[in-house]
Amino acid sequence: MSAEAKGEWTQVIEPTESAFRINFSELWRYRDLVALFVRRDFIAAYKQTVLGPTWHIIQPIFTTMVYYFFGSIAKLSTDGVPSVLFYLTGIVAWNYFSSCLTKTSNTFVGNSTIFGKVFFPRLTVPISTVISNLLSFGIQFLIIIPFLIYFRGSIHPNLYILFIPVVVVLLAFMGLGFGLIVSALTTRYRDLTYLVGFGVQLAVYATPIIYPLSMLKGKWRSLASFNPVTALTEVFRYALVGKGTFSAESLTYSAIFSVVILCIGIIAFNSSEKTFMDTV
Amino acid sequence: MDNVIKVEEVSKIYKLGQIGSGTLGQDVQLYIDRLRGKEHVAASENDEDIHIALQDVSFDVKDGQAMGIIGKNGAGKSTLLKILSRITAPTSGRIKIKGRIASLLEVGTGFHPDLSGKENIYLNGAILGMSKAEVKSKFDEIVEFSGVSKFIETPVKRYSSGMYVRLAFAVAAHLEPEILIVDEVLAVGDADFQKKCLGKMKDVSNNQGRTVLFVSHNMEAVKNLCSQVVLLEKGKLVEIGNPTTVINTYFRRNTNYFSHVNYDAANAPGNEKIALRSADIEIANGEVLEITTGFVINFEFDLKCDFEEFNYSLNVFSVTGQHIFNSQSHSFKASKGKLRAGCIIPPDLMNNGDYTISILAVSKESICIYNFESVLRFEIFDNRKSDKWFGEIGGAVRPKLDWKIG
Repeated sequence: MSAEAKGEWTQVIEPTESAFRINFSELWRYRDLVALFVRRDFIAAYKQTVLGPTWHIIQPIFTTMVYYFFGSIAKLSTDGVPSVLFYLTGIVAWNYFSSCLTKTSNTFVGNSTIFGKVFFPRLTVPISTVISNLLSFGIQFLIIIPFLIYFRGSIHPNLYILFIPVVVVLLAFMGLGFGLIVSALTTRYRDLTYLVGFGVQLAVYATPIIYPLSMLKGKWRSLASFNPVTALTEVFRYALVGKGTFSAESLTYSAIFSVVILCIGIIAFNSSEKTFMDTV
Repeated sequence: MDNVIKVEEVSKIYKLGQIGSGTLGQDVQLYIDRLRGKEHVAASENDEDIHIALQDVSFDVKDGQAMGIIGKNGAGKSTLLKILSRITAPTSGRIKIKGRIASLLEVGTGFHPDLSGKENIYLNGAILGMSKAEVKSKFDEIVEFSGVSKFIETPVKRYSSGMYVRLAFAVAAHLEPEILIVDEVLAVGDADFQKKCLGKMKDVSNNQGRTVLFVSHNMEAVKNLCSQVVLLEKGKLVEIGNPTTVINTYFRRNTNYFSHVNYDAANAPGNEKIALRSADIEIANGEVLEITTGFVINFEFDLKCDFEEFNYSLNVFSVTGQHIFNSQSHSFKASKGKLRAGCIIPPDLMNNGDYTISILAVSKESICIYNFESVLRFEIFDNRKSDKWFGEIGGAVRPKLDWKIG
């Protein structure tokens, strides 16, 4: 007779598990899958396209040009920084956050066929999204460099550059957190994906991307500070060009916010994972 | 021998219609309960609101055993597999598992059309749980098994459906889980492919000593591959035991559909010359209509006038409308009153399938007195003994003929 102690069994399938636990060993076992998803996202997306991966570069450049023209027409200040650099740095930082958010929020709906047929830890999909976005961010960051060199006379990059990896991590947490929450909700309310799509587009204007935070005064400034992404984009810009408005408080606020939202996101995701196939 | 799968009182209840329990307050409460890991209690137990896909199913599977799961469509087989594959969670009960499980619920899961066959092998392998190193070591075997080595660098969207399915199965076949779950994968693909699939599963079970859970409608395959069979009916486990016994129970509980008809004088179909009062099917031996059983189709008519030359013309159709055969009786003199007839269908003539019968009353072998259409419906089961071929044997009929060999 076999022993009934739980230690004997590799796994036990039960109605619900606590949503607070992440099975790290299982995720580690599937690390090859994460790598392949990243590879698939990069390669498959550009097969049979004319411009291929240069799309990563075209979007920020064109957006910068649009902001440049708009900014000069509307006479928006760029804090004394060469406008092209001002917009480009903001765009690159924002792109990372928004793509983490929008792509993650589509996890369940976009993968419902494959999720319905095979088991693998569902978190591998958002994780691979964050990593492929990181590669995209890397490419976009490289475009900034020639501009930094060109304008080297008028900018003051500083040691805050060392802080950039932290900024990237926090942006990822924030995008991932929101994205996970939305993806959990979209299993029931599909139209949320559209909401997120244009919500993010509007949120650009609530973040100092087209304008510097220093341009806002009084109550507008306090309102903008509620946006947890603000401090991160400001410090990113500051590190590269020497101009930006942030403080220890705002950075701490952003850091805590991103960690908390990530935890909420993971909880929401975990709790949907088990039964979403019944409602999606 | 040890148990590797222990299913304990597993139930799965689906809510029909609207998503959610109805009120936001209840939804929130359910959500909080779920967060804390409490078992989900159905908010409403109303009959109309819920569908019980599985109810208190319990059974054990031993190490190295090949277990078949059979039942009509809707019995709960696929739901059980989904729960075992962790695609959805049970509503109550638990399953204890020892060892790695790999499920084949569909082939080609995760194949990306733009990637080449080679890239998809790696991707599919990883999705199914193989590490990159594992896939690499088995790569050549997989390509050879699939038979698409010439096209391995082409994007799979260019593959024919046969190639696609062969490649997908090749990857899945080379998984090395301790427990393999297969859901009617054999339903796709051509004859060759089906043979390969079954062969591989037999190999996995007998020679590699792995545990296999096999869901199928193909009783021959189940009998051949499995040492134990579970019968599910409307979500409940009805029987578990050796294949022959359980499969017979399945047939008995789902007796071939065949109808009897009985009409009273007022409703009897027909015209002013002849009316049909009743028709039924009498099976020669046993209770089940199989290919090897003969049966008699009995009719009873009311004849309203005399006929000098009267005969019957029986037509058998498949339910899809294909005309299977026609058979005419000899002519005889028929007198007004009750008329009884029986048409004897010999064993080893009919193929398995669903059929309908029409019968004509004919005069002078040329004039149709009345055509009684779709009088009866019946189903014939296949009970062939071969353990080598499990596909469909086509053909309108399957007569047993004498062969001159040599």
